[in-house]
Amino acid sequence: MLSRVADALFWLSRYTERAENNARMMDVNLQLMLDVHPLANSQHWESIIFTLEDTKLFKKLYPAIGGDSVVDFVTFERKNPNSIYSCIATARENARTVREQISVEMWEQINRMYLFFFSGAAKGMYKNSTYEFFKWILEGSQLFQGVTDATMAHDEGWEFIRLGMFLERADRTSRILDIKYHILLPSGEQIGGNVDTIQWMAVLKSCSALEPYRKHYRGQVVPWKVVEFLVKNQTFPRSIVFCVDSLDYSIHEITGVDRGDFQFKVEAERLSGRLLADLSFVTIDEIFRTGLHEYLDRMQGRLIEISKAIYKEFCEWLDEADKKQEENEPEQLQEQSS
Amino acid sequence: MGNLFQGYVPGTFFDEMFEPTGGVRPHYEKLLARYTGMSSDEFHKKRDLADNAFLTQGVTFTVYNDKEGTERIFPFDLIPRIIPRAEWEHVERGLSQRITALNLFMHDIYHHQKIVRDGIIPSEIIHSAAHFRPEFMGFDVPKDIYIHICGSDLIRDQNGNYLVLEDNARSPSGVSYLLENRQAMKRVFPNLFSRYLVRPVDTYCLELLDVLRYIAPHGNPDPTVVLLTPGIYNSAYFEHSFLARTMGIEIVVGADLVAQGGAVYMKTTRGLKRVDVIYRRIDDDFLDPQVFRPDSVLGVYGMVDAYRRGNVSLANTIGTGVADDKVTYYFVPEMIRYYLKQDPILPNVETYLSYFESDRKYICENLDKLVVKSANESGGYGMLMGPQSTAEQRETFRQAIEKNPRNYVAQPVVRLSRSPSFCEDHFEGRHIDLRPYILYGEKITIIPGGLTRVALRKGSLVVNSSQGGGSKDTWVLND
Repeated sequence: MLSRVADALFWLSRYTERAENNARMMDVNLQLMLDVHPLANSQHWESIIFTLEDTKLFKKLYPAIGGDSVVDFVTFERKNPNSIYSCIATARENARTVREQISVEMWEQINRMYLFFFSGAAKGMYKNSTYEFFKWILEGSQLFQGVTDATMAHDEGWEFIRLGMFLERADRTSRILDIKYHILLPSGEQIGGNVDTIQWMAVLKSCSALEPYRKHYRGQVVPWKVVEFLVKNQTFPRSIVFCVDSLDYSIHEITGVDRGDFQFKVEAERLSGRLLADLSFVTIDEIFRTGLHEYLDRMQGRLIEISKAIYKEFCEWLDEADKKQEENEPEQLQEQSS
Repeated sequence: MGNLFQGYVPGTFFDEMFEPTGGVRPHYEKLLARYTGMSSDEFHKKRDLADNAFLTQGVTFTVYNDKEGTERIFPFDLIPRIIPRAEWEHVERGLSQRITALNLFMHDIYHHQKIVRDGIIPSEIIHSAAHFRPEFMGFDVPKDIYIHICGSDLIRDQNGNYLVLEDNARSPSGVSYLLENRQAMKRVFPNLFSRYLVRPVDTYCLELLDVLRYIAPHGNPDPTVVLLTPGIYNSAYFEHSFLARTMGIEIVVGADLVAQGGAVYMKTTRGLKRVDVIYRRIDDDFLDPQVFRPDSVLGVYGMVDAYRRGNVSLANTIGTGVADDKVTYYFVPEMIRYYLKQDPILPNVETYLSYFESDRKYICENLDKLVVKSANESGGYGMLMGPQSTAEQRETFRQAIEKNPRNYVAQPVVRLSRSPSFCEDHFEGRHIDLRPYILYGEKITIIPGGLTRVALRKGSLVVNSSQGGGSKDTWVLND
């Protein structure tokens, strides 16, 4: 497979997954705010922007922090490369470069999302019902992932799509967990109290994990169990260990090396294998002793290392050409003989 | 709601559907019966259905200099153009004859130039052609085929005769629209197809792939074929991606390829992979910065060297642009007589060359009656439509012609045939042309019909999409 194609499939998938996670996070937090004292409001939104690591850009674009501005920033802001708007545009741009590699159904789905979002109909729907709107994006992304599984050959290209999806998802789950670290409890509220519990429930909902959590533990929503579930659950498809296990599997499918071989000629294999082992053997006590935030922060760093190693292994030689291309962008507009 | 054909006037033009007396031509009878019963609302719904399908599938072209929403759908008119079998067979014979002569001509001018020595074409015309590549004199191309894919535009005059308007021998585009138009028609009017025996067009991509495989270097029976595109910002990118997809081959940009040791490779996740045949949708000038434009980033450094060594094949070959120079066009009927000893089956449109002094005088005196074209522009640019022009425009062209007589041809305004087209809430006659797609490999294959382009602006004779043109499905009948 062409390196450029592998790269495009990887990012097509990452950006679709990112759009979905952003939508879910916005939806859950907008609903959560209905239960929260208005004074705690802006501090809550600030922590979201902080965990998305977009504080600087946000402050440049918006005078004040609040529900409206954060939702706008995360959803519609064109200048934010990670907004849902930008994610869908970038995913679709990547899809366009590899249309011959993906199925017709995949292309049509991502193109439909793009056309809707850019038609202006999206804002109308958002004004009418934010719930409907974010649900539409969630379902759009899920439909895309569904048709990808059902209509594309499960070959190398598909594994790159899986890689992108699981890397992104692991990263987002860790960030969503991290939001809770930054939200201070209003004074007078107890840890484990009503508000605390509602906030942890919102974390679970942001990962579509509330009901699976309940089925698994059949009990109260308590912090260490939430962390255990979202970090270490082997069967829930959005837990970090599940995602890392899946991406480790995909890397081996691409390299053709057996997972039990432990040769690690490919650096990405070594990094993902090691992260997987760490996740499997770490205890919740250890995580809390390290500090949840520190643990998650390091997790995100290690995911970035894996992403870089994948690029280095399969796509590195694209760099030079990319640079050349950018310098001469207008050249691409060369008109062909009609 | 009345009949959509109410008030339809065939006018003084050749109308594809109606006789001058107003009666319907026999091969359009069933179509008339189907469309007469429809209301304008129904027809609008049908059209929305087709347009939406084009949009979701991304069947679009890129509009340059337009920051927002740079993609547009190519307007599609739902009244097909129908060509009876015998009529098509005549066209097919004419096109086969023409491409055979053009390929013989290409071989000749890059070898002994007999046609020049025998005084049929002035040497200066060849050597001053913008796309002539003297670097390739004496070079033998794989299987001796130069133009593998050709689009020779046809029009019909007032009497319904088919005439050749121009030859596109570099990389003619538009075939993807033809194929998508057929899909759209089948979705929107499924029942019509069961009433007509329409020759299918879907095998085009397989035929094209056969041609590309046929020219593989060293007779490789299982060559790696790729399509080289300038990239997603090119106006024809949809088509490039469409063709790659339907042929099941890789689409590549220059940056995906690298030339090493006299061969071309593509950069894959498992290392370099040898490429045998390149269907390039990039002009000669941009192919290889080592040989042609040094500032090109679309091509591949060293590709031409690999081509010269016979390690990679290109379709079309380098230098075929001589054949679609509008001045060369003038000589094609002569070529047919010279190489094939036959009379041309499809005549040219009457053409004057400003290169010849007597013609030049005539052109300059009759600018207001003629269509003047520069030799190497396309897409409806670089053209003077005499009858619609201002005195100032005519003067500009007159000076340009005097300054560079080699570079201009002129033709009388041809009264292009018309076909009914949907205009707001009824049908009106609009001018059309036809671009057939001719493949030259082990044998000559012509896709039945072609892309019918229609000038949707009232009275307009310019069918190019950049000038308000649209397209129609084209049916060649099998009975």
